[in-house]
Amino acid sequence: MADATHAAAPGAPPELRHHFVDMEAQKEASALGMWIFLVTEVLFFGGMFTAYVIYRASYTRAFEGASNLLDLRLGAFNTVVLIVSSLTMALAVWAGQQGRKSLIVLFLLLTILLGSTFLGVKVIEYRQKFVHHEVPGPHFVVPLDEETHQPLPRQSEMFFSLYFCMTGLHALHMIIGIGLLLWLVARARRGEFTPRYNTPVDMVGLYWHFVDIVWIFLFPLLYLLGRHAL
Amino acid sequence: MTNSNAPPARHPGANYLNSSYGVRSWLLTSDHKRIAIMYLIGVTVFFAIGGLAAALIRLELLTPAGDVFQAETYNKIFTTHGIMMVFFFMIPGIPAVLGNFLVPLMIGAKDLAFPRINLLSWYLYIVGGLIALWAVVHGGLDTGWTFYTPYSTVYSNGWVVVTAVGIFIAGFSSILTGLNFLVTIHTMRAPGMGWTRMPLFCWGMYAASIIQILGTPVVAITILLVGAERLFHLGIFDPAQGGDPVLFQHLFWFYSHPAVYIMILPAMAVISELVTAFSRKPIFGYKFIAGSSIAIAVLSFLVWGHHMFVSGQSVYAGLVFSVLSFLVAIPSAIKVFNWTTTLYKGSVSYQTPLLYALGFIGLFTFGGLTGLFLACLGLDIHVHDTYFIVAHFHYIMVGGTIMAYLGGLHYWWPKISGKMYPEYWSRVSAWVIFIGFNLTFFPQFIVGYLGMPRRYHAYPEEFQVLNVMSTAGASILGIGYLIPLVYFIWSMRYGQDAVDNPWGATGLEWETPSPPPTENFPETPAVTGKAYDYLTGREEAAVG
Repeated sequence: MADATHAAAPGAPPELRHHFVDMEAQKEASALGMWIFLVTEVLFFGGMFTAYVIYRASYTRAFEGASNLLDLRLGAFNTVVLIVSSLTMALAVWAGQQGRKSLIVLFLLLTILLGSTFLGVKVIEYRQKFVHHEVPGPHFVVPLDEETHQPLPRQSEMFFSLYFCMTGLHALHMIIGIGLLLWLVARARRGEFTPRYNTPVDMVGLYWHFVDIVWIFLFPLLYLLGRHAL
Repeated sequence: MTNSNAPPARHPGANYLNSSYGVRSWLLTSDHKRIAIMYLIGVTVFFAIGGLAAALIRLELLTPAGDVFQAETYNKIFTTHGIMMVFFFMIPGIPAVLGNFLVPLMIGAKDLAFPRINLLSWYLYIVGGLIALWAVVHGGLDTGWTFYTPYSTVYSNGWVVVTAVGIFIAGFSSILTGLNFLVTIHTMRAPGMGWTRMPLFCWGMYAASIIQILGTPVVAITILLVGAERLFHLGIFDPAQGGDPVLFQHLFWFYSHPAVYIMILPAMAVISELVTAFSRKPIFGYKFIAGSSIAIAVLSFLVWGHHMFVSGQSVYAGLVFSVLSFLVAIPSAIKVFNWTTTLYKGSVSYQTPLLYALGFIGLFTFGGLTGLFLACLGLDIHVHDTYFIVAHFHYIMVGGTIMAYLGGLHYWWPKISGKMYPEYWSRVSAWVIFIGFNLTFFPQFIVGYLGMPRRYHAYPEEFQVLNVMSTAGASILGIGYLIPLVYFIWSMRYGQDAVDNPWGATGLEWETPSPPPTENFPETPAVTGKAYDYLTGREEAAVG
């Protein structure tokens, strides 16, 4: 491989890849790359947010009615879980900058635990939707309005289509994030992160915060707007 | 024109082509130059497949009756042509081949910022392409490359989901290439290379990369929703459930119109290099050309609605999109005027790359001006979905992008391969392609204006003469594309060895050996002057 054929200049840190001038330039490139990647993610989710906003404006009653069928308590619980996971992730990044191996591992594991909790709760929520035939498709049954007990408009199915697409894609990002965190744990345990080199922790941190922020937008859009009083 | 007639001093094992051997050394490489070569092979294969489909289309249209293929087969053939050409040739074409090879060389870097991601993007491209090809082989897809709903989601019997997966994966390849270029250009320029000293090629790549990272994710999610709708019977674009097919068109064109500029901006970037090199003059209006690339990238995101003038979009939206579409003509015209002004009073040498560049300027102007016809709300109703549109975008994409791609390939071939191509045959190819192209597509303007709709396998008899001309032109064009394929391959073995700077051109890529060593530059070069620092004739005489 090309990398092997021309090693970095003698005396350079082992983490420095051959085509960068110094560690600082390498980290700058990584950070810029990650931010640009997050921009693409914003646009990726943006397509669905656009669809949601347009249909919500067109079919307000159907969307509000269907929105009330989501479990607000579980949604709120998950929101708290994710926010706390952002805190533990930030602490892991801080520990990475200090190069404190055991602390990095601890905070990463906590983040993984919280992320998994979120996904577990999501499974419970999805299961409820299956039981109530609120999953769009051939088995969908138009649900009744919680207050009037009349059937909701036909477009309530659209709400659930978007609900599953948006939260599903978000959950997929969480799963990828947990995979990345596990990879970081393995590397951290080998003592690879030092005050000089901790870029991967930083970058996964950015990704994790981004995934949290997506949820911060999803939660009010899906659960809170037009919510009846509890 | 050569700077030095002596063969370049070269140590064995000194360049990127012979530094290591074997399939593994290529498939696992992280060298941007080798990845560019791998892209060149991939892009050529998909171009050949798309070209074959085009040949079948022209064969069917030789006669008015639908006598070679059935309507549905014909639909699958033009869909194959569109998908292969757009997603697997045009979009990766210049950026992934020439851009990959040249961006680090031009800015004095040793590689792109993320070499392994660069390799990953090649694999994504190949896997995406093979999946799409699998769909073609197993029965194809008949929706057109645009996947319009509800046809694609409800009625089509083709391999919609499989093809969508292929395009989705290739989309990530495009995103990663754009991301890599942006980061590389921002963080890895050689000392002294400020933004206004950067070659215009890099400005064009930068602008195209912006579109790649902002547009591609939107089409990715849109294709994903179409796939989900087909698989799980969701109703996001299905009118029966309250979904809106026009929303699909909005989301699709939000990417796919800017995608046109992913195809043309790199082509313009190539032309800026060729025109200056062969007029031996500093480029006219450097900052305006650079700025117009960015202006095109920005405007590209504001004009998608001009694809939907007859789709039930509101008249007011149509008005706004029409005006914005006209604005694109301004930065495009700035480029054309600056190129021609650069040629004016230059010491122009009509070598093959410049022949292609001149072809580009003429054909792009033609394609661009007919685009203004289409931006007119009223006129568009008349020519919408006719061969006028087909001719318009082929003038931009084939007459523009492919001419530039070939021109660039000739210009940098000595650097890429270390060999010269045969001068006589390359001139022949440039002329054959130019003539074949015009004979193919100019009649389509007329036949479209007369009312022949696109995407039908049969047509009224009065259109036959023009269609025969078009088919004859396509045959010539096909031969024109085969000639360079043959002599490029030939030249790798039998071509004359190239010197480091066969054109006497400026630019860091010409200061390193041909072909370059794996690490590009023995020492990081320092840049002390502007790009295109050619002496004028008078100065040359004074120096000489």
